[in-house]
Amino acid sequence: MAYSEKVLDHYENPRNVGRLDDDDANVGTGMVGAPACGDVMRLQIRVDGDGVIEDAKFKTYGCGSAIASSSLLTEWVKGRSLDDATRIRNKDIADELGLPPVKIHCSVLAEDAIKAAIADVRKKREQAE
Amino acid sequence: MQYPIYLDYAATTPVDPRVASAMAECLTIEANFGNPASRSHQFGWKAEEAVENARRNVADLVNCDPREIVWTSGATEADNLALKGAAHFHHRKGRHIVTSKIEHKAVLDSCRQLEREGYEVTYLDPDSNGLISPQAVEQALRPDTILVSLMHVNNEIGVINDIEAIGEVTRRRKVVFHVDAAQSAGKLEIDLERMQVDLMSFTAHKIYGPKGIGALYVRRKPRVRIEPQIHGGGHERGMRSGTLATHQIVGMGEAYRIAGEEMHEEARRTLALREQLLRGLEDVEEVYVNGDLTRRAPGNLNISFNFVEGESLMMALRELALSSGSACTSASLEPSYVLRALGRNDELAHSSLRISIGRFTTAEDIDYAIGRIRHAVAKLRELSPLWDMYKDGVDLDQVQWAAH
Repeated sequence: MAYSEKVLDHYENPRNVGRLDDDDANVGTGMVGAPACGDVMRLQIRVDGDGVIEDAKFKTYGCGSAIASSSLLTEWVKGRSLDDATRIRNKDIADELGLPPVKIHCSVLAEDAIKAAIADVRKKREQAE
Repeated sequence: MQYPIYLDYAATTPVDPRVASAMAECLTIEANFGNPASRSHQFGWKAEEAVENARRNVADLVNCDPREIVWTSGATEADNLALKGAAHFHHRKGRHIVTSKIEHKAVLDSCRQLEREGYEVTYLDPDSNGLISPQAVEQALRPDTILVSLMHVNNEIGVINDIEAIGEVTRRRKVVFHVDAAQSAGKLEIDLERMQVDLMSFTAHKIYGPKGIGALYVRRKPRVRIEPQIHGGGHERGMRSGTLATHQIVGMGEAYRIAGEEMHEEARRTLALREQLLRGLEDVEEVYVNGDLTRRAPGNLNISFNFVEGESLMMALRELALSSGSACTSASLEPSYVLRALGRNDELAHSSLRISIGRFTTAEDIDYAIGRIRHAVAKLRELSPLWDMYKDGVDLDQVQWAAH
């Protein structure tokens, strides 16, 4: 399968690989996918007092397109408010990376991951208040 | 070194230069271009002589009579002819067939077709090492069983079935025994005088011959009957019509002749390279060799790296031409059915590499491959949340995954 240059770039030089402290009330974690399906994404965000995403990290088990989708997403969400980040659509990711139809599910997974991370941090902050 | 390095000899092999020049002698007006079936002139006689010479070379390698060799377009056609041919001939005697879950698709899909025609098929489970025992075959036999079809060497994991012992069972029970030897001919010794096999499929391109040519061995004593699947001019004793492709047949004959001379030396050399490869990888954490390591064709290594996904691993190994057990050709990832049948979980099936070594592989190639694979696995584990969880002591089987 031929990969687009953008996919190859993110795959070769993934951005924001790592993990954030899940015990921090300002950190939200989204873990989606399943090993049996061949991809698992863990996306984490840390939010400042104004509800702006100040840091994002990911780790992904999956094909090159799944790695690239999550790497790109961490770049996009940094500096955005939570409300703004919820508006990222899988189509934006797929278009930016030039994903072929059989790889669209990778971008869907990335959208699911950021939504899950945002929901997680919102829940934690509500509980903290 | 030239990149990518070819380590996929189980998929196909380059044609040996000696084979290529023999084939080139059978094409043009100055050369041996005639139709082997032409009885009325020298062009035909000369072509026929070349074809019969090749037939003898193939027969010599597997110790059978040249008259037992039927040319086909490859092992897939030979498998189709063997299964459908034997089933159709014996349908009045019974309609039950025994095979295994890890056969090549040419056998499995022929079985599916026969099921649609009203035959019944038992698919045996291999043991966790990928082997089918003679006892398992015997237990599956019924009064209406007409055919058993098993492969000699598995194409994915390289394990070697005990064909001799299974042949004793099928002969005793008077059931036709077909063996797909596409991955073993020219690599392991095959003695059809000794092995009680009735039908055996061969191909040329796995052993440095051309693609598009193979053969089916059809035993004469005791005589095995099959119904032809391709009808026409009655070539090959009526079992497979169609003008014989002299250049292809000569290529297969030459490839098999060379294999007969060099097989033992080559097996020793490829086995040493595989051992070098395994030594270079076996101390990586969480690696698993798939399939029996002792009963195994010399050039094959199939190995899984836990917590690393196969397609991304292949992407990181673009300088190496090898195969992954995870065929991600569609939206739904399909882990290898062979590894699943061994009882490997999805993750390990997804993370497997099949590395197959052959005539032109060098020790430097293997050293380079070891370095690349170690680097890629380390890099992808750095990226893998599953690796993190494993390192944190999380039991991944207990996690509730949000399946999608």
